[in-house]
Amino acid sequence: MNDITRELPELDNDEINRYSRHLILPNVGMEGQRKLKGSSVLCVGTGGLGSPLALYLAAAGVGRIGLVDFDVVDASNLQRQIIHGTAWVGKSKVESAKARIADLNPHVQVDVYEEPLNSENALQILAPYDVIVDGTDNFPTRYLVNDACVLLGKPNVYGSIFRFEGQASVFNHEDGPCYRCLYEEPPPPGLVPSCAEGGVLGILPGIIGVIQATEIVKILLGIGTTLSGRLMLYDALNMNFRELKLRKNPKCVICGDNPTVTELIDYNQFCGVPSADEGARPTDVATEDEGFARLSVAEIKAKLDGGWQPFVLDVRKPHEADIVKLGFADALIPHEEVGAHLAEIPKDREILVHCKMGGRSAKAAKVLADAGYTSVTNMEGGITGWAKEIDLSLPTY
Amino acid sequence: MSVSVMIPTALRSYADGNASIDCSGATVGEVLGSLTDQYAGLSKHLRTGEGKLRSFVNVYLGDEDIRFLDGEDTPVQDGATLTIVPSIAGGAA
Repeated sequence: MNDITRELPELDNDEINRYSRHLILPNVGMEGQRKLKGSSVLCVGTGGLGSPLALYLAAAGVGRIGLVDFDVVDASNLQRQIIHGTAWVGKSKVESAKARIADLNPHVQVDVYEEPLNSENALQILAPYDVIVDGTDNFPTRYLVNDACVLLGKPNVYGSIFRFEGQASVFNHEDGPCYRCLYEEPPPPGLVPSCAEGGVLGILPGIIGVIQATEIVKILLGIGTTLSGRLMLYDALNMNFRELKLRKNPKCVICGDNPTVTELIDYNQFCGVPSADEGARPTDVATEDEGFARLSVAEIKAKLDGGWQPFVLDVRKPHEADIVKLGFADALIPHEEVGAHLAEIPKDREILVHCKMGGRSAKAAKVLADAGYTSVTNMEGGITGWAKEIDLSLPTY
Repeated sequence: MSVSVMIPTALRSYADGNASIDCSGATVGEVLGSLTDQYAGLSKHLRTGEGKLRSFVNVYLGDEDIRFLDGEDTPVQDGATLTIVPSIAGGAA
């Protein structure tokens, strides 16, 4: 990158006009703008972080942008994923982003990778880019992106968000630390709620994504001081930025003195997440180990139609029940409090537990099973599944 | 020593919603002990069953990671700030 032997592309008159505010800016100028045109960035994810940063990179004139995402645009994305528009709901995110970028700046080449990034394809997909930007929403892909960047020797521009709080840094740049130097291991699945469960302020990924875009442009231009070796923390509620020191860990398993990870591994296994194959578990078996049953919304509907009358326990938070609830729910007890409220849950009845998607209710079902409830059923897919498959009049959130 | 401990959003529900908690102790370990004495629910999020700090939770004294100081034995000054920074994954979803 920024290899002086690489011939910089010329700007045509349209581009000179378009980028005039850069061209007159000290530290960018004609040479800097040509560097941007000659550079390439891979955005892993075109969601909350990927949306603003891809827009700004395109507007700034980065010559080639790669987009990796296999998701489709959902209406609930539009609160923060500003690269996508209402007309694209239900359609491919990468195609949506590509169309928006083409409208914003037709001088940018957009390469799309409509597939999940995994250990088999990551090195090949990342290799043709100067800088990689991590806009993912899960730990397996974060560790995968980190490791692939270390193995390929590419900077990894990091951002992560939760509710009102964000983190940003630059990893694996100029001999700085990598993500594993910061966090050796991910939390066990379920301990930290996802944005889908925990919520996120729509503007927050804008702030963090634009910090990432700023760092990328600085790296491409070779100007300023990057966040390498520093972790930026942003708190939107109190509106403050804090900076913590990051050090390269000499014992880091991938970038340390004696690395033990020398090729990409199975990141789902590393993060304790069932792989795609295992994830598609048959819904009505495998109850023995867990002590409770897992049934699909369709199976539950059929049983209810057949006269089943379980005690229906909603384990979401009250503010979620304010949005939508099942008309036949008997009680609302947040999943973390179920263990302390067993007296409110009848022991002599069958129990059907649900949450939004099925994750928290499975934890609550385990608590009940461990407490001696003998007939507990988890609603797989939760109220969202119920709203999509059974009662289409219910809203989803 | 009086030390403020900054609680990240992800763990505030285990600390009555507080963003900052005043604790006491002469070392980082003692301050964290004072914190989990006040909010027992935080304990399992900070420590493993064996009592070690979890590897996805970093603790900073001022702006320094305690792993690069003396860990939980690091002495703390009166008025210092400890910051708990867990890994968060959100971004795309």
